[in-house]
Amino acid sequence: MSDPTRRSLADTLELDKRLFGMIIAFAVLCLVFQYQTGGTFLSARNIFNISVQTVSVGIMATGMVFVIVSRNIDLSVGSVLATCSAIMGMLQTQWLVQVTGLGTGTTLVVSIVVGLGAGTLIGAATGWMVGYQRIPSFIVTLGGLLIWRNVAWYTTNGQSVALRDPRLLAFGGTEGVMGPEWSWVLGALATLAASAAVLSARRGKQRHGFLVKPVWAEGLLIAMIAGGILGFVALVNSYEIPVGKLKRIFEAQGMAVPEGFVAYHGLPISVLILVAVAVSMTVIAQKTRLGRYIYAIGGNPDAAELSGINTRMMTVKIFALMGFLCGLAALVAQARLQSHGNDIGTLDELKVIAATVIGGTALAGGVGTIYGALLGALVMQSLQSGMAMIGVDTPFQNIVVGGVLIIAVWIDIFYRKRMGA
Amino acid sequence: MTPLLEMRDISISFGGIKAVDHVTIDLMPGEVVGLLGHNGAGKSTLIKCLSGAYQADQGQILVEGRPVTIQNPRDARALNIETIYQTLALSDNLDAAANLFLGREMMTRLGFIDEARMEAETRRIMGRLNPNFRKFSVPVSALSGGQRQSVAIARAVYFNAKILIMDEPTAALGPHETQMVAELIQELKAQGLGIILIEHDIHNVMKLCDRASVMKNGQLVGTVKVDEVTDEEILAMIILGKKPVRA
Repeated sequence: MSDPTRRSLADTLELDKRLFGMIIAFAVLCLVFQYQTGGTFLSARNIFNISVQTVSVGIMATGMVFVIVSRNIDLSVGSVLATCSAIMGMLQTQWLVQVTGLGTGTTLVVSIVVGLGAGTLIGAATGWMVGYQRIPSFIVTLGGLLIWRNVAWYTTNGQSVALRDPRLLAFGGTEGVMGPEWSWVLGALATLAASAAVLSARRGKQRHGFLVKPVWAEGLLIAMIAGGILGFVALVNSYEIPVGKLKRIFEAQGMAVPEGFVAYHGLPISVLILVAVAVSMTVIAQKTRLGRYIYAIGGNPDAAELSGINTRMMTVKIFALMGFLCGLAALVAQARLQSHGNDIGTLDELKVIAATVIGGTALAGGVGTIYGALLGALVMQSLQSGMAMIGVDTPFQNIVVGGVLIIAVWIDIFYRKRMGA
Repeated sequence: MTPLLEMRDISISFGGIKAVDHVTIDLMPGEVVGLLGHNGAGKSTLIKCLSGAYQADQGQILVEGRPVTIQNPRDARALNIETIYQTLALSDNLDAAANLFLGREMMTRLGFIDEARMEAETRRIMGRLNPNFRKFSVPVSALSGGQRQSVAIARAVYFNAKILIMDEPTAALGPHETQMVAELIQELKAQGLGIILIEHDIHNVMKLCDRASVMKNGQLVGTVKVDEVTDEEILAMIILGKKPVRA
């Protein structure tokens, strides 16, 4: 082992160096936009908006990590999202209305369950064609890109569906927030849970007599996690609900806004959904057989098969999970947009794949992390938002995003070569 | 004494070509049987229907006298038949413990992978097989040929293998590491395992094997006791397909 006195900070903390580099690049990007926008880029309002806008792509990116790690690709996610969204929208506003009534809780619950189920089924069918029929995933999902986009079209006869149920809109972001008190409670609970996880991992290592990090390094890690979580809570808690909207809320109950009354947003429910998805997917990746086998298949499919892993069934499960996440992303997306339109999720497949790849998932398979993909999604959304704020033309925004994708992968190849990995 | 393993009258064809043609071999406990022959003689194909990668078109497999069917790698493992493949069959992106337990992970009571216990077990068994092994937390792609081989062997012997199939275990190794594998084979033999060794190096065959079964063009030339024949006679079986007269 190397001399312990000569280890770098990142080594001592056992931080992923790649992640460390990405966080720094992201921080630099934010500071540049902050300077260019004269201080509005890192305002509470803008950070709130960026995080809400990242959720839908972020949810799908976590699933795309598994798809790409297992040496597949899914080009159909944006279209599957549209089909799930169309089904949910039609169930809520038309198909179920005769049975359960418009805007009832039952209507909403049934439509969400059916929408998520539809996504899962579509994904499982894709996985079956890839795993059992050996059709390349590129082809199956390229076909799926066309098929599901236009199934969505037929589902609504090409019409937009306006969505007004406030319980649905709560999944979207601005219309569904926890308020400052609950946000603090959740932030505190999350900090406690994260600290407990760090400490229990340490105890597990000690029990078997493995080397552990110095206590101060463990403490610093916990402090960084706590700072990140509570800092974000503090920020969204400081974002005031605009006066016009307060007025509408009070008027809906036949009251006027009291003099000097202010209210704050707090954590958006959609971001909490993303966090829950990210934590679950990370646990699946690192702590379950399913995740272990996904990485094993990506590393060496023959070895996985010879080890007794049912690689075909695994492919079905991976795509079914991807489909389920498309359904969930559809729920968040339609709630945020407050309608289902024909173009919902258009080009999302590219955003999702780009986020995953920028986040360090190798297209050759076997390598990739959930948190990396989320950071990738955040980088993409921040780039787009920042450029829009400083008045970059839309076509040029897309050119930059395309360039960033290529450069990010280029740097990654360079880095991996140097690390000999 | 019942043989540990008998493969009787095994045939496999691929598109009309008989890769294995009515071959019969057997293996006793604590015995090393060398399986020899040129590339394409059918050795690997024969072995693959024992490890569950292929299925024989014809013939019978008996383990400890009982007829068995092996349809996939899981069936083979359930019969305590373990294989170390020539290509090592490791997932390069996973660490030693993950590879050792691949497909048979240790789980916690809550149903999650028990990383710490798996690493502790890996350290224990590697301490016995290869005491110099230190790289427990890096992907196996960062290991040398010998280190990778010891992970592959550890994986095979950890789960109480009774029958071990080794496909050229020393092909990619240096002299020191080859010696290590040779010692390991002696130790496993002493524990009563039966080993089928696919080997090209005639010196290794003479040194490690008790008997040798030679194949040519998918057919069995014959099985001989290694200490009753010379190197030249075995080479003649491999090259000319000629069985020694006195054996």
